[in-house]
Amino acid sequence: MSAQPSPTSPASGAPPRKGSVDLATEFLDRSSPLGRIRNLLHRYPALSPGIVLVAAVIIFGVISPRFFFVSNLSLITQQVAVVGTLAIAQTLIILTAGIDLSVGAIMVLASLVMAQTASANHVPAPLALVIGLIVGLLAGAVNGALVTRLKLPPFIVTLGTLNVFLAVSLLYSNGASVIGQQIPDLITSTGNTFSVDGVGITYGVVIMLVLYIVMAFVMTKTAWGRHVYAVGDDKESARLAGISVNRVLLSVYIAAGAILAIGAWIQIGRADAASPNAGTDLNLDSITAVVIGGTSLFGGRGTIWGSLLGALIVGVFRNGLALAGLDVLYQTLAVGILIIVAVSLDQWIRKARS
Amino acid sequence: MDPKGTQLTITEGDRPSSTLPYSQPVLQAKALVKTYGKVVGLDGVDLELYQGEVLAVIGDNGAGKSTLIKCLTGAEIPDTGELWLNGRRVQFKRPQDAKHYGIETVYQGLAVSPALDIASNLYLGREIREQGFAGTVLRIMDTRLMRANAKQELDRLGISTLQDVTVAIENLSGGQRQAVAVARAAAFGSKVVILDEPTAALGVRESGQVLDLIRRLRDEGIPVILVSHNMPQVFEVADRIHIQRLGKRAAVITPQSHSMTEAVAIMTGASTE
Ligand SMILES: Nc1ncnc2c1ncn2[C@@H]1O[C@H](COP(=O)(O)OP(=O)(O)OP(=O)(O)O)[C@@H](O)[C@H]1O
Ligand SMILES: [Mg+2]
Repeated sequence: MSAQPSPTSPASGAPPRKGSVDLATEFLDRSSPLGRIRNLLHRYPALSPGIVLVAAVIIFGVISPRFFFVSNLSLITQQVAVVGTLAIAQTLIILTAGIDLSVGAIMVLASLVMAQTASANHVPAPLALVIGLIVGLLAGAVNGALVTRLKLPPFIVTLGTLNVFLAVSLLYSNGASVIGQQIPDLITSTGNTFSVDGVGITYGVVIMLVLYIVMAFVMTKTAWGRHVYAVGDDKESARLAGISVNRVLLSVYIAAGAILAIGAWIQIGRADAASPNAGTDLNLDSITAVVIGGTSLFGGRGTIWGSLLGALIVGVFRNGLALAGLDVLYQTLAVGILIIVAVSLDQWIRKARS
Repeated sequence: MDPKGTQLTITEGDRPSSTLPYSQPVLQAKALVKTYGKVVGLDGVDLELYQGEVLAVIGDNGAGKSTLIKCLTGAEIPDTGELWLNGRRVQFKRPQDAKHYGIETVYQGLAVSPALDIASNLYLGREIREQGFAGTVLRIMDTRLMRANAKQELDRLGISTLQDVTVAIENLSGGQRQAVAVARAAAFGSKVVILDEPTAALGVRESGQVLDLIRRLRDEGIPVILVSHNMPQVFEVADRIHIQRLGKRAAVITPQSHSMTEAVAIMTGASTE
């Protein structure tokens, strides 16, 4: 029996049934302006991060004229490329009501494998990239298998694999980085720039944007994307509706692993090196981007594009505050406040439905 | 692709009069047992559903009605016992197995996805893809067609207040959600429709409309299993009544053979026949 029931049209051919089942009226709270805003934010989860980003750009532009310098804008995009890519993987997992603490560790492992196989083992660069991709897929599959087979909470699973993958990375690399000169050009090419109206854009940024376009498309236009939302929304309902919940979950973790491997490639170009210590901040930063981007930690609600906005917001805040001459600790403070505001907003929006 | 024609045959126009059991049940359960640890949910339950009938299942809270429904539809796998569909032995390991055979269910608690819209819920797990390259290679869903079909289906079922099929389920009232769940089952149930307390959240008038829908399904040749606590409703719509008590089938009666009081007496154990 196939897992995906074949597309069926509803009991076609039967004559129209007469009569009317006139059920209770809609009870949407449209009365107060606040209620209306809440419904709007509820329907378009990327709206609030979009507004925050535009506001932040305007404010920082006013504070510091250097903000709009092309060199600065291209710097922001480069700073966002890796976190932005990891945030795509994180979004998929958070949409299923999970969380992945191991994204940074998987990315580091994949980047070391790409760099080491190409440099130390002299594997051709394209093959090295493919091997790195496979390592990412396998790492994701390990997380997915633990979540679906052992029924462990994703938080615990990825807390464990975070340490496992980091330890494996350190063992594999002997704790040493692979520097850019030793790595073939193809693998570091994600850090190369081309110019659009004077703004230097790296190929890594382009890859990230392509990934966003592809994944946003997959999530909104394909049945798989819809099933990911359904599983995160209510697992039991999804199961009873005929969705293979475990299969969806496993595929989400594997897809995330693949995206993380691509993130590894971007990271090598950005740093012009593969380092076992690169991923430490990236776990939390990716979660930050997703949460600020309007995706609910409770699953089933959010958008892929929101996470790009979230990553850009964090990048713009860090950059803008630095340009304004404030200490790094204020950047950290600002990001912390952003997270709390974003989660409070999510709670408030969700309360509209209880 | 379509299991209807190939796997099963139903002789149309050969429906029994509503009270007389038909020779072969459409759906039959034999000695179903389901335990949860030490709790015995089902203790050897038989059930027969015949063509052209509404079979009500009644019983006290915890009597095993929902467990029975789940075991009939692949939502739970019985420990032992057999399921037969039109004279063929079947085994449902997952809900989609039962759906595959045209058995659709409204589970107690509805099992709808709140964040998804009405059309997405109706087609959840059986999305229609676009024709050609976009559908087969890019796997794009034909959202427009699904919405149009959903709208048409709701109109056909006479569910008129659900005008906008792009509204998320969580924006609907309890009764409207129930209507979506019932509509999904009615729309896709080509062999059997099973409803576990489908009128629990509905007002008097709305309940009456669901009962109308149940009758229409039966008249279209689709037998219905209805779980309900509402005795007047059961006696109004059912052809036969399966009484579940303490995980067992206590009796099968008809609204003609027994009164409501007698049915309640069997349900509570005050009487056995
Ligand atoms: N998932 C489960 N785990 C453990 N016990 C369960 C589970 N599901 C049902 N049971 C037990 O099985 C028995 C039958 O439950 P069931 O839900 O079938 O009753 P019911 O007749 O549908 O009741 P109600 O009228 O309240 O819906 C109860 O004792 C219940 O506690
Ligand atoms: Mg029940």
